[in-house]
Amino acid sequence: MTTMTLKRSDADVAAEIPDRSQAYRVVKGGLVDRRKLLDFSFDGTSYKGFQGDTLASALLANGVHLVGRSFKYHRPRGILSAGSEEPNAIVELRSGARREPNTRATVAELYAGLEANSQNRWPSLAFDALGINALAAPIFAAGFYYKTFMWPASFWEKLYEPMIRRAAGLGHAANAPDPDTYDRMHAHCDVLVIGGGPAGLSAALTAGRAGARVILVDEDFKLGGRLLSENQWIGSQAGVEWAAAALDELISLPEVRILTRTTLFGVYDHGSYGAVERVSDHLAVPGVHAPRQRLWRITAKRAVLAAGAIERPHVFGGNDRPGVMLAGAVRAYVNRYGVLPGRRIAVVTSSDDGWRTVTDVLAAGGQIAAVIDTRRSVPQELRRAAESAGATIITDGYVAGTRGHLRLKAIEVVDSYGGAQSIACDCLAMANGWNPIVHLDSHLSRKPVWNEHIHAFVPAAMPLGMVAAGAATGHFTLADCLATGADVAADAAKECGFERKLYPVPSTEPESAAHTPLWRSPRIKGKAFVDFQNDVAATDVELAHREGFRAVEHLKRYTTLGMATDQGKTSNLAGLSIMAELTGQAIPSVGTTVFRPPFTPVAMGALAGHHRGKEFRATRHVPSHAWCEENGAVFVETGLWLRPAYFPRAGEKDWLESVNREVNTVRSRVGICDVTTLGKIDIQGRDALAYLEKFTANPFGSLPVGKARYAILLREDGIILDDGTIARMGENHYVMTASTANAAKVMQHMEFCRQWLWPEFDVQIASISEQWAQYAVAGPKARDTLRGVVDPEFDISNEAFPFLASANITVGGGIPARLFRISFSGELAYEIAVPVAYGDALWRAIMQSGTPHGITPYGSEALSVMRIEKGHAAGAEINGMTTAADIGLGGMLAKKKDYIGRLMKDRPGLTEPDRPTLVGVRPVDTSKRLRAGTHIITLDATPSLEADQGFLSSVAYSPSNGHWIGIGFISRGPQRIGERVRAYDPVRNEDFEVEICSAVFVDPEGSRMHV
Amino acid sequence: MRIRCPHCGERDNGEFSYLGDATVVRPDGMSASSEAMHDYVYLRDNPAGLHRELWYHGAGCRSWLVVTRDTRTHEIRDVSSARDVALARHTGDAA
Repeated sequence: MTTMTLKRSDADVAAEIPDRSQAYRVVKGGLVDRRKLLDFSFDGTSYKGFQGDTLASALLANGVHLVGRSFKYHRPRGILSAGSEEPNAIVELRSGARREPNTRATVAELYAGLEANSQNRWPSLAFDALGINALAAPIFAAGFYYKTFMWPASFWEKLYEPMIRRAAGLGHAANAPDPDTYDRMHAHCDVLVIGGGPAGLSAALTAGRAGARVILVDEDFKLGGRLLSENQWIGSQAGVEWAAAALDELISLPEVRILTRTTLFGVYDHGSYGAVERVSDHLAVPGVHAPRQRLWRITAKRAVLAAGAIERPHVFGGNDRPGVMLAGAVRAYVNRYGVLPGRRIAVVTSSDDGWRTVTDVLAAGGQIAAVIDTRRSVPQELRRAAESAGATIITDGYVAGTRGHLRLKAIEVVDSYGGAQSIACDCLAMANGWNPIVHLDSHLSRKPVWNEHIHAFVPAAMPLGMVAAGAATGHFTLADCLATGADVAADAAKECGFERKLYPVPSTEPESAAHTPLWRSPRIKGKAFVDFQNDVAATDVELAHREGFRAVEHLKRYTTLGMATDQGKTSNLAGLSIMAELTGQAIPSVGTTVFRPPFTPVAMGALAGHHRGKEFRATRHVPSHAWCEENGAVFVETGLWLRPAYFPRAGEKDWLESVNREVNTVRSRVGICDVTTLGKIDIQGRDALAYLEKFTANPFGSLPVGKARYAILLREDGIILDDGTIARMGENHYVMTASTANAAKVMQHMEFCRQWLWPEFDVQIASISEQWAQYAVAGPKARDTLRGVVDPEFDISNEAFPFLASANITVGGGIPARLFRISFSGELAYEIAVPVAYGDALWRAIMQSGTPHGITPYGSEALSVMRIEKGHAAGAEINGMTTAADIGLGGMLAKKKDYIGRLMKDRPGLTEPDRPTLVGVRPVDTSKRLRAGTHIITLDATPSLEADQGFLSSVAYSPSNGHWIGIGFISRGPQRIGERVRAYDPVRNEDFEVEICSAVFVDPEGSRMHV
Repeated sequence: MRIRCPHCGERDNGEFSYLGDATVVRPDGMSASSEAMHDYVYLRDNPAGLHRELWYHGAGCRSWLVVTRDTRTHEIRDVSSARDVALARHTGDAA
């Protein structure tokens, strides 16, 4: 340890200038590695700490208490705790792409080169201009948003909100993509032990020795919990040594997995748990191939909740001043980190354990200024150490206020006679009892209950399979922690089929958890904070009470009590107790709010894991993908599929020129398009037809083997579910297609009908979408092209294989294939399918065979243009709101059979004559471009919602017509062919005349597909 | 959540999707009335307690399942193959 001292010219200034020599580090002791000196910086100033420090302990070792500014009032704030409950010491870590806001300094592990910065201050931490908010405190009281910034309304977005966000901000997220990777693990175990303190270690040892598969998680980087921070003995060992020995034994047990730096953040149904492991947060840069963090999804038969407890602050004026800390935290800094958080430390306590702070501080060479016990009588043996050290001892007194600007200088104490005195100190340790951590056991909406004996909420009905032990149940003594941990773990192991075996619990020193809380000081000088992170003061709770927001959920929302990122870990009970006092109720009658996951904030990156960028979801490639890539296709993402959108050729100036060329080539010669993305479903069985008849809205009874038919599927509420084709490949064998987007949904629906509605049918269905590659070959030369690949024994002439024919054939000399004469483009067209392994080869063969005929590959764009030219409905028309009648297919529906959606399609609203119905639209001035989403109104109408007559669902530039065309839904559309209306588009400021026309823009007689 | 599929064993709920009430029965056939169909499509009870509901094991065996779940605690009392339940119900109708 360096012992260099600073030369101080001005004592007052020196007190506020951080000492750079770890001047507050005690000479020896603690669990830090003094051989490993680490450099780090805070707000640009360099400091030194040791391996084993947290950022908080290292700052305290250097005398730095001031670490942040508060949320609303920009009050100077210091370090309150030594754990994950910290509400004040919220800092920004690292820089650049790894910058990480809102991290608690009390859990950030120190590493060489750590860069930390304070938040929510401007221009600097010591001089924060927005500190004037504190002077304006009255307007920032509870509900200030609702009261102050109401008028004028237009100011909210432009002025108030940005201003408030700047003033009441937290840290800043990185501007660059996170350079690190995040991992995800699934794990199963018999007994999950949550917390590695004495109760958790005792539980893990008991279950592990029984042979159970155990996972032990602890958020700290070192196992031991409070044992690391207290001077306690277990048997003949110091608590720390016992914890180390327990760890060694656990490591030796083959079925035990230990996860440190791992926060169990959520409890979910049926024994599912979420945890995040900070694999590399303690390193400047993660190791090669190591993730930054790892998300664990743990499934456990039993869980032992040994999460411990959180100490409660006292509520008095200026209880937020840097230097005011929890007593357990002071002991942690002294015992675990070898740091004295002050030169003269005072203690205010309402419990016996607060007095331990006196002994520990004195043992570390510190000075005790005073001990204020709020209780009337204090056992003599507790007082002895403080008395012999010459400290002022006040019983039946309390702290009313504090003094000091950026750091505590004195406390204002009131004694039992009401006499006030000022006691100089630079650190105040607060002990006001402990709250069991009831967060995790209440994640499944099980509310904790009030325990009168320990003045705290304890777990009540636990989630199935979970049991609590130790301080988490309000058993605060070390002996109880060890005993209850072992006991519940022995039961848990037995319930998992292992022998229940209890080992002797080691002996501990006698210990008292006696405690009489003081919920707030009777007289308060200055602002007394209840919720430090959200700047909620005791007066805000009073205001909420005066204004009638007394129910616990109202109190929470009106004051924002407990709504900060710490979820009120140190504040909720203080708020409840004050409300209880004001309303004359008992605390449990006020109630408690519900805790929700996560226990502490979890980085979005950890939740996303590997699912980032292109790995967000799987990418599905069509069978022709390799060829398309080789030939310069431009791809488009449709759901998971990457489909070729168009195939640009040299000299084409934009996508439209390429698409027009593809359309023209299909309509004049021949084109090929990969339609493998369609859902393909195989239906077989004796009752296949009977099943299909109930499932489809149009009749299939008359469909012979070797024919295909367009199929309409309705939902039970009468709206179209999807459309496709069904081909009868054999007597009891059908093959159906569904649209790309609805493939999975249609399959699920078909299984529902088969298994649940009509289980008697002898029919089986299977998705064959992945098994068959399918291509559309369309255009006048389609047949000539296919003749080059279809084996010669199959006659595909128009006479032998007419429109809507289907057949099992072979291609390329015996490769099984399916051929369907169906047309989406309106041209002579086929769809040909082969097992997917032959997909690439078939595509190349067709391209070769079609070359003499001038074949072009075409993508989803040309496919879409041609279907709009033919007025075929697709996703924009079958949009979950339209009926078969709406898209002009009402006449196709069966009259003589029962089918899904039969009755509901005739609901009055769906059969209303004014309903918008599918028609075509063309611009009167053919140079105009139509836009999807454009509304239709009459020529003389004033645009309004009432005047709206429908909209355009799909538009395209039609190379076949030489202008833009559209299809859409217009009220009574089919009866208004030839009428001129207005295409009104307020979004793009367009308004021009269009003519309603047939939705079929090419070959209205439909003769081309029959040739 | 964990659901014990009768075919696949206990699986994570990410493999399943939820449909809803398994106690409503589709009014089948040409004689069904619009009123009965309306009730089947739209009317649902929202019980606090045991509820029989349909789940689909889409990422597993593609079975539809009837899950008996306590809506207050998510405790699952029973998981059966929907087809078996439907067949038993149809047999019951005939008897």
